[in-house]
Amino acid sequence: MNRNLALFAGVALLFVLTGVFQSWNLALSILNLSLISAIMALGVNIQWGYAGLFNTGIMGFAALGGLAVVLVSTQPVVEGWQAGGTGILAGLFLGAASIAAAIFAYNRLPKGRVRTWGTLAIVVGGFFLFRAVFDPAVTAVEAFNPATAGNLGGLGLPATLAWPVGGLLAAGAAWAIGKIALGLRSDYLAIATLGIAEIVIAVMKNEDWLARGVKNIIDMPRPWPVPYEVQLQQSAGFVDWATRWGFDPATASSIVVKLCYVAMFGAVLLAVIWLSERALNSPWGRMMRAIRDNEVSAAAMGKNVTRRHLQVFILGSAVVGIAGAMYTSMNGMLAPGEYNPLRFTFLIWVMVIVGGSGNNWGAVLGGLLIGWLWLIVESVGPAVMGALVAGLSDGPLKTHLIDAAQHMRLLTMGVVLLLVLRFSPRGLIPEK
Amino acid sequence: MDILNALVAFLNFVFVPALAYGSQLALGALGVTLIYGILRFSNFAHGDTMAFGTMVTILVTWWMQSVGITFGVLPTALLALPFGIAATAAFALGTDRVIYRFYRKQKAAPVILVMVSLGVMFVMNGIVRLIIGVEDQNFADGGRFLISAGDFKEMTGLAEGLAIKGTQAVTVVTAIVVMGLLFWFLQKTRTGKSMRAFSDNEDLALLSGINPDRVVQITWIIAAALATIAGVLYGLDKSFKPFTYFQLLLPIFAAAIVGGLGSPIGAIAGGFVIAFSEVMVTYAWKKVVTYLVPESMAPDGLVQLMTTDYKFAVSFAILILVLIFMPTGLFKGKSV
Repeated sequence: MNRNLALFAGVALLFVLTGVFQSWNLALSILNLSLISAIMALGVNIQWGYAGLFNTGIMGFAALGGLAVVLVSTQPVVEGWQAGGTGILAGLFLGAASIAAAIFAYNRLPKGRVRTWGTLAIVVGGFFLFRAVFDPAVTAVEAFNPATAGNLGGLGLPATLAWPVGGLLAAGAAWAIGKIALGLRSDYLAIATLGIAEIVIAVMKNEDWLARGVKNIIDMPRPWPVPYEVQLQQSAGFVDWATRWGFDPATASSIVVKLCYVAMFGAVLLAVIWLSERALNSPWGRMMRAIRDNEVSAAAMGKNVTRRHLQVFILGSAVVGIAGAMYTSMNGMLAPGEYNPLRFTFLIWVMVIVGGSGNNWGAVLGGLLIGWLWLIVESVGPAVMGALVAGLSDGPLKTHLIDAAQHMRLLTMGVVLLLVLRFSPRGLIPEK
Repeated sequence: MDILNALVAFLNFVFVPALAYGSQLALGALGVTLIYGILRFSNFAHGDTMAFGTMVTILVTWWMQSVGITFGVLPTALLALPFGIAATAAFALGTDRVIYRFYRKQKAAPVILVMVSLGVMFVMNGIVRLIIGVEDQNFADGGRFLISAGDFKEMTGLAEGLAIKGTQAVTVVTAIVVMGLLFWFLQKTRTGKSMRAFSDNEDLALLSGINPDRVVQITWIIAAALATIAGVLYGLDKSFKPFTYFQLLLPIFAAAIVGGLGSPIGAIAGGFVIAFSEVMVTYAWKKVVTYLVPESMAPDGLVQLMTTDYKFAVSFAILILVLIFMPTGLFKGKSV
């Protein structure tokens, strides 16, 4: 226990040192991103540590969380809705209905040619029906003021509400993918989730009616109760307070905003960790570990392995979705182009493995530590590289090396992952 | 009604590109499937192995171009290819010696090996970006077209042109040669036979005196060669960008699974299935349909099932269908 406390203290020290030597603004923004990553790592740990499920689609679930922020908190575009809102909803409904009908037909019809052709006919017919209703509506919606809108917008509800909704969206996607890929061999889930993540991003990039695609949505409302920097700077009380303590009001306002986020993310993190610790130490948690360690004997004891896997897959993905929503609402913008599997999927895996798979505190430690490392290298890396190559004469090689410094972190992460897997496969805080 | 022009348009916009793309995917999937058959894990680093080999080939190509070595009408990259293969094979053998061998001796679970391959993927990705950067690199030279659209129109007098890029022809020919060599190796040579034996039943293969380390080494060399060739052909045909190569993982895995993991012939079939479906689903059929139907019925829209941005969705959908209906793939692969 003391060792674990020391590890957490060490990570805390890293953040403090960043604050002292760089700036507190930087330290806090790294902390915020690390907290979000730590929550994602917790979600992955639920899947991998509790059940041994290998999910490589974390990016997709995080992006769905981000989409929820747009759908919940932005103002509805009334003209868009009038132009084609019902058409889009009807189209989506038709699409979903034809998939459901196809599944129903496949399950109910007697095996044979009738079933094959019947199901195929429903799918193909449903697709063309869907396109016939959906396409004109999309064109109509996207035609309205494409420079600033062109989408349907959201519900205009408080942004904080988007976090659980993000979890729900991710859970829904996890249910669909889990239904198909769970119960097959382990690598198939990895490949299927890798694919679903790419498709989620492709949809978000291309369906402009949904969230404006690559035109991005910016200036989304902040989650309650986080204030805006400008408001703080304009409030006489705040400026008074800041000057009394000897702070520059502009810096102080952005630090206060970041501290608000730290408090909110920290609260969510603690809630998730409390719930998962409770679950892990309950009969349910023991059952999950029994399934993970020996599926055959757990099945022989009457446990429904596939159902439990589906359950835990949905739970873990929902946690990732919540974290994804928090990420987007902190940024205040949704930019589908910035989702990169190396950053949003595989980096989270490094966190889980380094921290200690199967241990929630380990996942959190890994999230904070690797999150810090990843972001500090971004700001310090080029400077270090610049110092290293200072002796070189100016030229293309020098520029190339300084530009390349940012790619050093991929290399570093790979080496860290390989070293931990080899020499300390149970991670920094091993499972009890 | 103009069947001939429709056919030419189909060949030009669908068949030829899909054939070239399918050859590239098939070569990539062969590497994945061999690693899976012998080493028994899905190698997530394969896309980045392709990128690494292509990068070395590009660097050697640039050097050759700078000292004035060319390959006539063929791309110089083909001359540089052996260097790329050698470097990639050396790298693959190195990673096996330093990293994978430890887990093999431990008989680690396949999913652990998949994770280890993630680490290797990160490292290779970092190296490639560090050396050549993240931008698009175009390194094709030599003859641009085997047949250009204009020449074809003049030759045949048709309204539609059929253009075959030099790189497309090179891709298909190289792929056929490489596949032929690979199958000859697997079927006829002693080493190839021992590889197949090892893939079918490890214990029996060990009992009959097959040296596992040698089989594994040969597998890595072949997989590295296939990855490099696939990567260079893809880069010649389109362009080289590290991130695109990483993303190729999905169609390549889909091809290997559709064919049946561990089955070489399946990997080839899977590559073409994926490539043709991807191109056919994302192609706007307006031109072809306009030739085929009476003028009054000519379509207004693009007659496109999905926009090209959703090409991943196509490989994914096929993957899912195969997983549901034939989990072992078209050519009975393994399922561990």
